[in-house]
Amino acid sequence: MAIDTGPAPSTAPEPPSDAPPKDLVMHLWRGDASGGRFQEYHVAPQEGEVVLDVVHRIQATQAPDLAVRWNCKAGKCGSCSAEINGRPALMCMTRMSTLPTDQPVTVSPMRAFPIMRDLVTDVSYNFEVAKLIPAFKPGPKDPDGLHRMAQVDIDRGQEFHKCIECFLCQNVCHVIRDHEENKPRYAGPRFFVRLAELEMHPLDTLDRRDYIHEDMGIGYCNITKCCTEVCPEDIHITDNAIIPLKERIVDSRYDPVAWLGRKITGRPTPLRASEARKHTGAAHAQPPAAATPEPGDSA
Amino acid sequence: MTDTERYDFDVVVIGAGGAGLRAAIEAREKGARTALVCKSLLGKAHTVMAEGGIAAALGSVWPEDSWEVHFRDTMRGGKMLNNWRMAQIHALESPDRVLELEEWGALFDRTPDGRILQRDFGGHRYARLAHVGDRTGLEMIRALQHRAVSIGIDVFMECKIVRLLQDGTGAVNGAVGFWRESGRFLTFGAKAVVLATGGIGKAWKFTTNSWECTGDGMALALWAGADLIDMEAVQFHPTGMVWPPSARGLLVTEGVRGDGGVLKNRDGERFMFNYISPFFAAETAETIEEGDHWYTNKKDFRRPPELLPRDEVARAINSEVKAGRGSPHGGVFLDIASRRTPEEIRRLLPSMYHQFKELADIDITTTPMEVGPTCHYAMGGIRVEADSEATTVAGLYAAGETAGGMHGSNRLGGNSLSDLVVFGRRAGLAAAERALEIPGAPQVSEAQVVDVTRHATSYFDNEGAEDAYAVHRELQETMQALVGIIRIESELLEAKEKLAVLAERASKCAVEGNLQFNPGWHLALDLESMLAVSNCTTLSAIERRESRGGHTRDDYPGFRPEFENVNMITRLVDGEYVVAQEPKPQMPDELAKLFEEGAH
Ligand SMILES: Cc1cc2nc3c(=O)[nH]c(=O)nc-3n(C[C@H](O)[C@H](O)[C@H](O)COP(=O)(O)OP(=O)(O)OC[C@H]3O[C@@H](n4cnc5c(N)ncnc54)[C@H](O)[C@@H]3O)c2cc1C
Repeated sequence: MAIDTGPAPSTAPEPPSDAPPKDLVMHLWRGDASGGRFQEYHVAPQEGEVVLDVVHRIQATQAPDLAVRWNCKAGKCGSCSAEINGRPALMCMTRMSTLPTDQPVTVSPMRAFPIMRDLVTDVSYNFEVAKLIPAFKPGPKDPDGLHRMAQVDIDRGQEFHKCIECFLCQNVCHVIRDHEENKPRYAGPRFFVRLAELEMHPLDTLDRRDYIHEDMGIGYCNITKCCTEVCPEDIHITDNAIIPLKERIVDSRYDPVAWLGRKITGRPTPLRASEARKHTGAAHAQPPAAATPEPGDSA
Repeated sequence: MTDTERYDFDVVVIGAGGAGLRAAIEAREKGARTALVCKSLLGKAHTVMAEGGIAAALGSVWPEDSWEVHFRDTMRGGKMLNNWRMAQIHALESPDRVLELEEWGALFDRTPDGRILQRDFGGHRYARLAHVGDRTGLEMIRALQHRAVSIGIDVFMECKIVRLLQDGTGAVNGAVGFWRESGRFLTFGAKAVVLATGGIGKAWKFTTNSWECTGDGMALALWAGADLIDMEAVQFHPTGMVWPPSARGLLVTEGVRGDGGVLKNRDGERFMFNYISPFFAAETAETIEEGDHWYTNKKDFRRPPELLPRDEVARAINSEVKAGRGSPHGGVFLDIASRRTPEEIRRLLPSMYHQFKELADIDITTTPMEVGPTCHYAMGGIRVEADSEATTVAGLYAAGETAGGMHGSNRLGGNSLSDLVVFGRRAGLAAAERALEIPGAPQVSEAQVVDVTRHATSYFDNEGAEDAYAVHRELQETMQALVGIIRIESELLEAKEKLAVLAERASKCAVEGNLQFNPGWHLALDLESMLAVSNCTTLSAIERRESRGGHTRDDYPGFRPEFENVNMITRLVDGEYVVAQEPKPQMPDELAKLFEEGAH
């Protein structure tokens, strides 16, 4: 994967005093805003477990105050995002059996967000961005009081609605992962998905294009697709949301009629990624130097 | 003097699942200054897990459907214990609430002519569940969340409410909670409080429920002197995952059966045909052929027994496993692979496909799933007045899973999501109306606040070996073993004793660490609620000496006339939880007619 997870946020782990052999060895990050380190825990493996099960077992038997955010443990709420062996993922959907057993499993908090405690980060940035998004504004209903929409016209919107707001896409986005200073002017992949879902909603009547371009900072995104790679819901964030949004903005500047036509039929923009890249790359992607992909990133 | 943050609102809504969000939206739109408080992040409430759909007689697939049919199905599904007026309001108003979600941006699956598609579910005469694949709860919570954010509701997230505050007359006038991140306390002054805190599933070992379902609202209501109703009625969903152990209890949506999936035992027999109770015989298919025709022709054929209400199916699975005809890991087989093409399965049930693939390494398009009963839903809850959701304590309202009455002794699938928005809206409305009539700012008692914060932090001063995680585990084992799907007096009495011991132990839990995001401390406080509510469930289960819906007594099989018309009321009297039988409200004749022989 192309994600650079950076150096571990800690010094070397403390070895425990009396560790029975063959146990799972877990390195969990413990600490708070003022600092912390990986702590080593040993637990007996159990059949079919996911990382969150093991973290819970450590919590229940060895570290009662270990902070971890979770809700459903079924991949539906998007609460337990973390970096497992450096790879951003949901703890509840990562089976232990998929991880190498010959080395410790490390679990650290998402890096793009300030640490609250242990594995819990402060994701309030996302909720602040959410408040800024101009809300859905539907057109009038049919005379019988219903809205009619064809399934084909909402397929793409439904793909976007799968988002569970785990914020892993935000976590890996180069524009903000290591650049806190970009946050005020950049909405991030989660919110490009949200904006795309509004823009492609067959009933919506608002025009958010200038806003997306100017206030949400979509131009900073240089489509490295890291967000798409980590999405646990397999949303094609870059191809289906970001690129079409960039395209719409470009198009509308040259051809408002084309935009209007799409808005009325509600059909999503056909996927012509290469063309979109050409447009966006040439005319509108003006990433600040800080957001340029690091060597080794795939585009 | 306690050092707490202080906020005043007209209406404070506790809980941001479907019910709380809808209540807050309504209160805000009626002009009340409204706060929405939730103990996890916004948009993560348990509602997000709902899969199969939201029930409403929209009639877009079967024009024959109507609120009367929905009402009748709901009452019969609840074995007539439902509050008839709630069931009526629910059936009447749920279509408008579904259309409203669409107006707020929800994208339900469509019929070929562009209307909202509806799917079959157990106990519903017609295909009635508006849905989005098998992630309807996510769609609902996002539509409501975006709406709530866009109208500027003040949200307090990751904030747990510990106690309600009351004035000299007993009316609720506020609440005390703390930020989970910092452990810092906050006091809310409020002219009305809406409880929308969801269920109590985390008191059982195998459950579909999320972390938050610890019965907090029911306990807050009890401690403020409010009544709970029919707490014995707990729904065990027939199809939870049984393997691997760590996934045991996770829900397998009823949509699998609605979309054609069938239940088989070890011998490949569709055993549900052997478990059709007389109550449902007239409306259930007798042969496999008849059942199969029903999916496409509901007029001439009756539905297959796999789609009987959940209590019936859960008991049948339990019996098959007990008789030694279960699957290798102690469940039965749920087979959709032989009934639908892989493409259809992946399109109709994407989350199920994903869940089994990721967690059990099983491809449900080729292999039957292993399933068994799992604790899913509390039909019982806070007793409310049907039209306003007012509890028996002034200033306090309740809606959603934390409220009782609507579903009687068994809930039909899809009827919860609709319940949330129908009664969430009504609770928000009634709370706002009350609040806007009360002049001035709420006057909370500082002494009460001090008591609450002192009590809540006392766990840090406890010394000794009691540990919240261990007590919780024992609570779950007790409820699973003794107050589970099949109950008997001796075990219920044993449970009662064990709960008393556990409550004593829980009060002595010693918490390590500090106030900052400390799950051990949070659990110690959640245990207070779980134990209070488990107590009421056990007391009601002892008292209802019959079997009805989600309450099955081995020692009292079948309905008993003396319990037909009573609700079980539990409340706190002089520091003790007590149970009392009270008469169930009787429906007017014109509604009673809907249940006469031959009426549909
Ligand atoms: C897996 C699954 C699938 C389901 N599928 C369906 C379905 O298809 N159709 C259907 O109709 N029903 C379904 N249900 C049932 C339905 O989802 C729930 O009954 C419903 O979502 C409960 O909603 P609620 O608004 O009452 O509370 P919840 O969604 O449970 O929300 C409770 C809220 O209260 C907050 N809270 C709790 N305690 C406190 C406290 N002390 N302080 C502050 N905040 C607090 C929580 O943080 C949360 O925000 C399903 C349930 C499960 C588990």
